[in-house]
Amino acid sequence: MSTLPLLKVNDVSKFYGSRIGCRNVSFELYAGEVLAIVGESGSGKTTLLSCLSTRLMPTSGIVEYHMRDGQYRDLARMGESERRFLMRTDWGFVHQNPADGLRMTVSAGANVGERLMAVGDRHYGNIRATASDWLERVEIGVDRIDDQPRAFSGGMRQRLQIARNLVTSPRLVFMDEPTGGLDVSVQARLLDLVRGLVHDLGLAAVIVTHDLAVARLLSHRMMVMKDGAVIEQGLTDRVLDDPREPYTQLLVSSILQV
Amino acid sequence: MNDLATYNFAYLDEQTKRMIRRAILKAIAIPGYQVPFASREMPMPYGWGTGGVQVTASILGPEDVLKVIDQGADDTTNAVSIRAFFQKVANVAVTTRTKEATIIQTRHRIPEEKLSEGQTLVYQVPIPEPLRFLEPRETETRKMHALEEYGLMHVKLYEDIARNGHIATTYAYPVKVEGRYVMDPSPTPKFDNPKMHMSEALQLFGAGREKRIYAVPPYTDVVSLDFDDHPFEIQSFDKPCALCGAEDVYLDEVILDDKGGRMFVCSDTDHCEDRRACGHAGHMLARKEAAE
Amino acid sequence: MATPLVVSEVAKSFTMHLRDGVRRPVVANVSFSVKAGECVVLGGPSGVGKSSILKMLYGNYGVDEGQILMDHDGKLVNLATAEPRTVLEVRRTTLGYVSQFLRVVPRVSALDIVAEPLQARGTPIEEARAHAAELLSKLNLPRELWSLPPATFSGGEQQRVNIARGFITDHRILLLDEPTASLDAKNRAVVVELIAEKKAKGTALIGIFHDEEVRDAVADRILDVSAFSPRKAAA
Repeated sequence: MSTLPLLKVNDVSKFYGSRIGCRNVSFELYAGEVLAIVGESGSGKTTLLSCLSTRLMPTSGIVEYHMRDGQYRDLARMGESERRFLMRTDWGFVHQNPADGLRMTVSAGANVGERLMAVGDRHYGNIRATASDWLERVEIGVDRIDDQPRAFSGGMRQRLQIARNLVTSPRLVFMDEPTGGLDVSVQARLLDLVRGLVHDLGLAAVIVTHDLAVARLLSHRMMVMKDGAVIEQGLTDRVLDDPREPYTQLLVSSILQV
Repeated sequence: MNDLATYNFAYLDEQTKRMIRRAILKAIAIPGYQVPFASREMPMPYGWGTGGVQVTASILGPEDVLKVIDQGADDTTNAVSIRAFFQKVANVAVTTRTKEATIIQTRHRIPEEKLSEGQTLVYQVPIPEPLRFLEPRETETRKMHALEEYGLMHVKLYEDIARNGHIATTYAYPVKVEGRYVMDPSPTPKFDNPKMHMSEALQLFGAGREKRIYAVPPYTDVVSLDFDDHPFEIQSFDKPCALCGAEDVYLDEVILDDKGGRMFVCSDTDHCEDRRACGHAGHMLARKEAAE
Repeated sequence: MATPLVVSEVAKSFTMHLRDGVRRPVVANVSFSVKAGECVVLGGPSGVGKSSILKMLYGNYGVDEGQILMDHDGKLVNLATAEPRTVLEVRRTTLGYVSQFLRVVPRVSALDIVAEPLQARGTPIEEARAHAAELLSKLNLPRELWSLPPATFSGGEQQRVNIARGFITDHRILLLDEPTASLDAKNRAVVVELIAEKKAKGTALIGIFHDEEVRDAVADRILDVSAFSPRKAAA
């Protein structure tokens, strides 16, 4: 159990003019921890995710990351070059729509291999072997390595996007509604896969979802957002089994029981 | 001097030439970097070398000797037109001989004859951005150049090998200049890439439609990108030139009849003529002479 | 050795915001402790708060007042106020839970579900599976089911998977929520035997058993939860 948090979020707010994106969010995330951010559309969860992952600059507040050299760095003050390097090596970002995270016109193998080439891997055979290995891990047949993701189903594309992100062994992965557009049976497979990978690789992850079942299955901790603010947070099963806030109780009681 | 040349030497007005020269100087100072410039309308359509023509017009002086080639040849339409253009608007001496030229404007080829100090090679470039193949956003490609994020270039080569078993890119083969900028050497065959490395001549690249100028100064490191296990290789030809017998040169295929007859001859016409003048003969020439 | 579990003056109520904020007290002034090797059974009529106490002990119910102290790796942890990551850490190494129902994970085989807690504590997968197989055969789960995900198992089969998963580790504190509810006599006897083994190893057990026969067989002490009724505490 690491004693220092990987990510320190201190009083982060984001305003779009006078409109609130998210406000006064603070938390710490440790290695191996999966945090789910739940809430309905417009609650500010995606804005918060963007602020954490440097896709948006917070209006105020600080997000610090524990670099591999042991130092904490304020992400907003980091140079663009270093930040982009961090994003494609030590971080992953899984988009809801796989087309936003994949290169649709290059092969599955190149999609997985791109990050390796970006960090200077120059051996075709090794890159291809690593890509094959990752396709297998995300349950895509190795015979599909030269096919473009355009020819893949939604679930396969999403699994490919995950492989593309994990190939550099990141320590932190952001996921924005990773099961969003998928059929229920495809969702179950993906969730199981993500759950296994997070566990095996000891990843820390921040997962934005409106689906409490996804949060239950994948996350250790949960934050419930409403109108841009975190209204309740804690251990995932505590929040779901014993919700305190009126809104959380409403959310939990709205789940369809099968 | 004729009227056009005295009215405004080399067609462009002086302000434009100064603007382009500034872009050229910046390009020389930052080898391989694409400098934006205010490309002018030229009296020829885009795709006919408007970028190269503007560069040539800006560096040309009355004492220069100009050679223009297209696919290595001095006698194709594009080469003849541009040569005639500069004779008319600058009244400069022209030549087909590589050795005699001070400025060589080219499309597709670098002359076989080794260039020397004092010579300038001007390339006509259609698409200057090597990353465009995979990244359509100009804002993003500029950022990638600025931050030296060139992983994408290898994605392109990876795709080549995955599809063909080897790097099948044969022209516009990407290079890294002076260990910093990745550059598209224009649609020259990769056969010519090694000639760019440590060249004694100044190399200037003009893209008129895309409004970019870039340069490789003399004695600059130019390395073709590759993989450790798929190293860069140039094309090799089975036979020597059918006319002059030259080996280790770039050959063009010429169809001789409608019965499948063909021959391979030097793409660099000046080089071929030069060799024949010196008494070299390929098998086609030898046969022709024998027939006479 | 320190007392593994000490509960002191714990109170819990629910505020039901969806019903106009009605506050429903569940228990108050809950105080007891469980020694190593002891099995304490929570007694009293249904609805008195037995399950709620177990859930507070495990951390999936919040605690309004009081302390839940556990001896975790020689350190005293108050689970009532611990950070989520501390709770998870305690669950991983100190505190086990056998619930009434198995939370089915899609696509994971029964054998791996049972082996997982051991694996999470660093046991190599093969060794963990061997141990899981041992427990499943002791609990008479047909071998042909081991490699299947338990989603389609019967209630009794799922419960046996759940019991094996709960008993596989050597957590110092084990919470049992009606582990024998849907088992036949033969398997109830196996569970009684497993509990006896845990006691012999010094595990502190606390459970809810509606089956009197099982309760009498395993309980060292029966704690009447009616004593913690909030009305009584208020009076």
